[in-house]
Amino acid sequence: MTDVTRFTHGSRIPGWDDSVDPNKAPAGIPDLATTPVPAELREEIQAEMAKYPVFRSALIPALHAAQRVHGWCSPEAIEQVAAVMGITPGEVAAVATFYDMFETKPVGTQTIYVCTNISCSLRGGPKILEAMRAAADGDADFNIRAFECLGACDMAPMASVNGEFVGPLAESDCAQIVADLKGGGEVLAAKQLRVRPCADEAGRVDGGQTTTSEVTQ
Amino acid sequence: MSAILFDRIDEPGLNDIATYERRGGYEALRKALAQPREGLLEELKASGLRGRGGAGFPLGMKASFIPGADIDKYLVCNADESEPGTFKDRELMQKNPHMLIEGMIIAAFTVGANRSFIYIRGEYVLQADVLEQAIAQAKAAGFLGENILDSGFSLDLVLHRGAGAYICGEETGLLDSLEGKRGNPRLKPPFPANQGLFQGPTLINNVETLATIPAIIRMGGSEYAKLGIENSAGTKLVSVSGNVQRPGNYEIELGMSSRDIIFGLAGGPDEGREVKFWFPGGSSSPVLTAADLDITYDFDAMAKAGTMLGSGAIIVVDDSNSVVDVALTLASFYKHESCGKCTPCREGTNWTVKMLQRVQSGEATPMDLDIIASVQEQIIGNCLCVLGDAMAMPVGSLVAKFRPEFESHIEAARERNGLGLTPPPASEEPVLSL
Repeated sequence: MTDVTRFTHGSRIPGWDDSVDPNKAPAGIPDLATTPVPAELREEIQAEMAKYPVFRSALIPALHAAQRVHGWCSPEAIEQVAAVMGITPGEVAAVATFYDMFETKPVGTQTIYVCTNISCSLRGGPKILEAMRAAADGDADFNIRAFECLGACDMAPMASVNGEFVGPLAESDCAQIVADLKGGGEVLAAKQLRVRPCADEAGRVDGGQTTTSEVTQ
Repeated sequence: MSAILFDRIDEPGLNDIATYERRGGYEALRKALAQPREGLLEELKASGLRGRGGAGFPLGMKASFIPGADIDKYLVCNADESEPGTFKDRELMQKNPHMLIEGMIIAAFTVGANRSFIYIRGEYVLQADVLEQAIAQAKAAGFLGENILDSGFSLDLVLHRGAGAYICGEETGLLDSLEGKRGNPRLKPPFPANQGLFQGPTLINNVETLATIPAIIRMGGSEYAKLGIENSAGTKLVSVSGNVQRPGNYEIELGMSSRDIIFGLAGGPDEGREVKFWFPGGSSSPVLTAADLDITYDFDAMAKAGTMLGSGAIIVVDDSNSVVDVALTLASFYKHESCGKCTPCREGTNWTVKMLQRVQSGEATPMDLDIIASVQEQIIGNCLCVLGDAMAMPVGSLVAKFRPEFESHIEAARERNGLGLTPPPASEEPVLSL
């Protein structure tokens, strides 16, 4: 459920008409010469822009890069992307707010997506989400989100921990995940997707004797 | 049966170009580059391969729609795989990325595209990293770039990571997203084959479809067509998930019995549990019940049963689950993912969720079920893309097939809430007091 603030006198949430102030000119393209952009970020965005016949295509990769630097798509991050790409902050914000992986509020550095879609919920996904939140115990460094199908229903219920897919999870694994993250080590190494063999017998080699642990090295 | 896509896919190091080539990789590319383009197109047509992303459109026919003129043309691989229950492309890309790259080079050569893109969903971090490395290897080996293997054909391949939006699996939504915009679907026609990425003719196909191309070239189209059954040629990866004992990806020959897939391969539900209903082609397909388990798994049989093969994702729901919970989980997903461009989808998904919440909490009456059913009917066919339909079809079929359970759920919840039993339907026209 979305947490939209409601007020007794109506739905006029503070700031609801920010973008339509008729007395305010829309923000133009920020000047790259006067906008401070970390050199590495600028280079990365420009390298992405060079990959496409139309540079605008690099907007999503650019936002990924900016989010890595700033932790979220902050107004500064959006301003910097707009400056490097030569488009208005409005265009950048429009894209940043469309996609689930872009954070539009400040969040913790440890990102955990717990799948609560159909296949995971049939196997206890919502309970994993609860257990994960309880394990993190309100630590602001943990960004725990219920997420739509992550494409790993064979290991349901599962979660993506800083991009690493782990599952099938038991509620007791959640404390381990949080501890692994705090310790800075590998997350739940035995349950990672990268070591999971194919379910189909045709995929096995030597009658199933070989593990897949080396496949993605 | 013969495994094509999953043949020894767990072999360590298969994601490395050396292992792939040792196993005969990139031979199909050499064979293809030595042939005229028309011949390749004929092979693709002869294979009878139908798109594996969900719509099942024949690959050869789609490729033949790309104009032959000497203009900028594009090939896009749809690796956004977000349909709930689907995870086949993930395994292919992670373990055998070069098969996809080889298929893409052949497809691009066939239609004369010089720029190609893989749009992979942002959540697939590991798979994207594997692909990035594989693309670099293929470039270094001369399979990508300028003048590939001295054929005079050049191809650039860019991996593009998305950022989490189901709608970007829809082909025109994907194209908008790839152009750096919000992933809003476009009006069709014009179809991407005429006006797609950057307004140029674009061939856009699913990972599994493109990864099958090397096998078609190696075997010959007519030989490949002998796999499977009429109108559903070849092998298909099915992702079985939900309440089964051995969830996972299996490669089957189309035309296999659904029971053999769900019980034989995936082990069926846990001991003591029964199949209540199942989604044959991802969460967007109308559900089938235990009575339909003997239907063969192919495009035509599924269409005849009133549903679809879709992406080949079978989700099994056993009798321990409430149909109301499943319907609400699904509807909430589509509500969240609706891009908001078309009213029937934006409003329809929103109100369906609200009505199902009322059903769950016990504030609903059986009349709400009629309204839910009618809302679903009004979504189908009335939007630019099929996201709304993708909710309307399964939710509509759940309400139609399990109406008594919805009704008893409403009654039980009303009683629990002290709202009393549902009033019997009025026998006369209600009198309006103005």
